[in-house]
Amino acid sequence: MRIYLILIYEFFKIGLFAAGGGLATLPFLSALADKYPWLTSEMISQMVALSESTPGPLGINMATYSGYMAGYNTFGSPLLGVTTAFTATASLVAPSFIVIMIVARMLDRYKNSTLVNDAFSGLRPAVAGLIAAAAWSVIGTTLFNFTAASFGEFFCLPEILLFALMFVLTNLKHLKKLHPLVFIVFAAAAGIAIGYTVGW
Amino acid sequence: MSDRQTERKNTETTRLSSLFFAFVRIGAFTFGGGYAMLPMLERECVEKTGWVTRDELLDYFAIGQCTPGVIAVNTATFVGKKMRGFWGALCCTAGVVLPSFIIICVLTALLANFAELTPVKYALHGIRVAVGVLILNTVIKLVKEKINEPLGYVLAAAAFLLVALPSTLGWSFRVSPVFVVIGAALIGIVRGLIKRRGGADK
Repeated sequence: MRIYLILIYEFFKIGLFAAGGGLATLPFLSALADKYPWLTSEMISQMVALSESTPGPLGINMATYSGYMAGYNTFGSPLLGVTTAFTATASLVAPSFIVIMIVARMLDRYKNSTLVNDAFSGLRPAVAGLIAAAAWSVIGTTLFNFTAASFGEFFCLPEILLFALMFVLTNLKHLKKLHPLVFIVFAAAAGIAIGYTVGW
Repeated sequence: MSDRQTERKNTETTRLSSLFFAFVRIGAFTFGGGYAMLPMLERECVEKTGWVTRDELLDYFAIGQCTPGVIAVNTATFVGKKMRGFWGALCCTAGVVLPSFIIICVLTALLANFAELTPVKYALHGIRVAVGVLILNTVIKLVKEKINEPLGYVLAAAAFLLVALPSTLGWSFRVSPVFVVIGAALIGIVRGLIKRRGGADK
């Protein structure tokens, strides 16, 4: 039973102190691996690989994985692993949930205040800039090889061609309205096809 | 019926199950988390249903940047709270978490080396390209629609350069988005004060 209390305590703490998204929880999880026998540094690297190759928020994926490992390695049962995974994930989510409920209530109360509206009028364009920076960090590392030895190696040609094709497709009049998940599935299929034919 | 009453009526008739399943879809098809979920959020919560406006979505992201926890969860809680109060927030949050939870439990139990499989690696390579395209489209839309004054362009460009430049050039120095958010909020407040003072003088 103790393992459940440990998970509630540790993951509530991570949820409360890791600000700025999923990867921010990684140093906290490494600390858990040093402290407890049910998580090891080999598992941490497997956890990161698995979390990055599956859908969903990174922080949630990693909490579910470590929670599962805690139960599985303590009780030796996959079923109890699911219960500890649930405990860890719910504890990670709880602090954000509580904080946002409070912030949302305050926002509601002050939404007609000029001070708050002025602040948001500056915030919105800046957040658009932050989103552009996130877009660039995905696009830049996918299409270009910044550690290339020669000029020719700098451009990742198959990626650039697929990018151009998808940019045109997603902006075509008839395809524009399609759900983004259609394009994700298309790109996954294209990724497999290119991988087995020309190679990435 | 006043606007306020109409709005309230719309909010109350949104079913908890619609909220839940919209966020299940978002959780199941977002790769990379955080900002990568923006195109899905836009489609499900702005374009398809009108649950929130683009402005509100940007506000939620700004707040999510400065509050603890996973940004996807913060945004889900905000949208749910706005639509159906506490239970709405709970449904949206549970929805966005559920696909991850199931997928990770199943794969960890049955297929722990999932990430090393060749087809998975190839598929992810393609997905990364798609994620880039989808966020780029969202950025273009945001800039076209939401930035309509010189100061807006300056703030957006400054935020972009402060965060993107150091990591691209490999500098060890990094600017935390938290400071960008706080700085931009202060500039907005100061601009408002100057504007109103100017208005009062006339």
